[in-house]
Amino acid sequence: MSTTETVAGAAGEASQKGMPQLNFATWPNQVFWLLVALVIIYIVLTKIAMPRIASVLAEREGRISGDLAAAEELKSKAKAAEKAYNLALEQARVEAGKIILATKAEIQKDLNAAMADADAQISAKAAESEKRIAEIRAGAVQAVSEVARETAGALVVALGGTADDAAIEAAVAARLKG
Amino acid sequence: MADEAGGLVIDPMHQFQIHPLFGEGPLTWYTPTNQTLWLGITVVVISILMLIGSAPRKVIPGRTQSITELLYTFIHDMVEEVTGHEGAKFFPYLMVLFTFIVTSNLLGLIPGSFAPTSHIAVTAVLALMVFLTVTLVGFYKKGIGFLGMFWVSSAPLVLRPILALIELISYFVRPLSHSIRLGGNIMAGHAVMKVFAGFAGVMGLASIVPIAAIAAIYGLELLVAVVQAYVFTILTCVYLRDAVGEAHH
Amino acid sequence: MTGDLIQFALMGKYIGAGLATMGLGGAGIGVGTIAGNFLSGALRNPSAAPGQMANLFVGIAFAEALGIFSFLIALLLMFAV
Repeated sequence: MSTTETVAGAAGEASQKGMPQLNFATWPNQVFWLLVALVIIYIVLTKIAMPRIASVLAEREGRISGDLAAAEELKSKAKAAEKAYNLALEQARVEAGKIILATKAEIQKDLNAAMADADAQISAKAAESEKRIAEIRAGAVQAVSEVARETAGALVVALGGTADDAAIEAAVAARLKG
Repeated sequence: MADEAGGLVIDPMHQFQIHPLFGEGPLTWYTPTNQTLWLGITVVVISILMLIGSAPRKVIPGRTQSITELLYTFIHDMVEEVTGHEGAKFFPYLMVLFTFIVTSNLLGLIPGSFAPTSHIAVTAVLALMVFLTVTLVGFYKKGIGFLGMFWVSSAPLVLRPILALIELISYFVRPLSHSIRLGGNIMAGHAVMKVFAGFAGVMGLASIVPIAAIAAIYGLELLVAVVQAYVFTILTCVYLRDAVGEAHH
Repeated sequence: MTGDLIQFALMGKYIGAGLATMGLGGAGIGVGTIAGNFLSGALRNPSAAPGQMANLFVGIAFAEALGIFSFLIALLLMFAV
């Protein structure tokens, strides 16, 4: 330092030459005030600012992860709903198929029954008609034989003979058979 | 200042003078000085920023809140990443270091202000605090095993004593380099700007050149102010990892 | 005579300070090497680059510290010796 003092005159004695950093006389002062400043900053940061920031960050973290979880849940819900919908659709389709089949079978059965019924009615009606026809035919035959007998009797009388009922009848029957 | 004497007399170290804030007189350990003033301004700025920034506690942050949260998460991530989970409890300490250094560096760049971090006394205290913390925590956590840091077990046996000596020396040089790096960078930047300002004072119209140079260096110094604070903090993290983390040789 | 001696000592001091600043060149080379290698590595594998920023700064800081030492020697020669 001694050289510095002698050279210092060149730049005027107002400014102390040398590095102020190495002026050890100021060190205790600097260290003291630095420590004071650091302690104040430490207290401000650790007691007030940092817990606040940490809580805000934690809250945001929680909020974001909560929102994400909710979104995830909603997504899975939507997926489940879609799945359920698809399942329901599938089931409905199967059900519809079944119903169609059942309906078809039912209709077939009804149709069969109706057909059978109709057949039975038709055959019954046919039988009845047949009977009626047979009756009519029988009635007709009888009527013809009656008319023939009466005509034969009348003819016999008209021709001057005597009508023998038994003989007429036999003759008509023989003719009719003929 | 220096150019009052006429001619090119530049005294780049004048800006680092420490003088009592009120009147003349001897400098005792409690005298408020210009450095005390700027330390106080640093404290006030940090307090205002941190208290206003952390007050709203909104989930969607505003500007000031974003700054404080950015600062918080930046240091938090750095500590987590470098020192691992063990070192996370030193986070408040590193937060104080970083906010103090970066604020005082940036405030020191205001023309006419004073940068406390340009003083070796300040940076030496910061670096010694780190050194003592690392050493004490290391011995507390690992006991005598902390010395295993100097015994490089991956090296050949013959080389180990020599390596141990080198490691030991480099360990004790740490606080020196730690403090000189910060103080030297800030001091050098301010001194260079002062030198260019001295040129500008005597060059007349051509002083536009040194003024432009000052503008460029000022930009660089803004970068240096932040980078040096970052480097100081991350080196502290690296040193702390030696003390708390597992061996990483 | 003593004035001459002082001038001579001053000359030595300034020359020494100037020589000491050459150490900063070494720091510049070191920092440049680190940054350049980081950049070439980062261009090869850009996705790994952000994770190595801390190592980059630590490396730069270590390289720079030695340069700052020589700067300190220069300052000491200029102002303290």
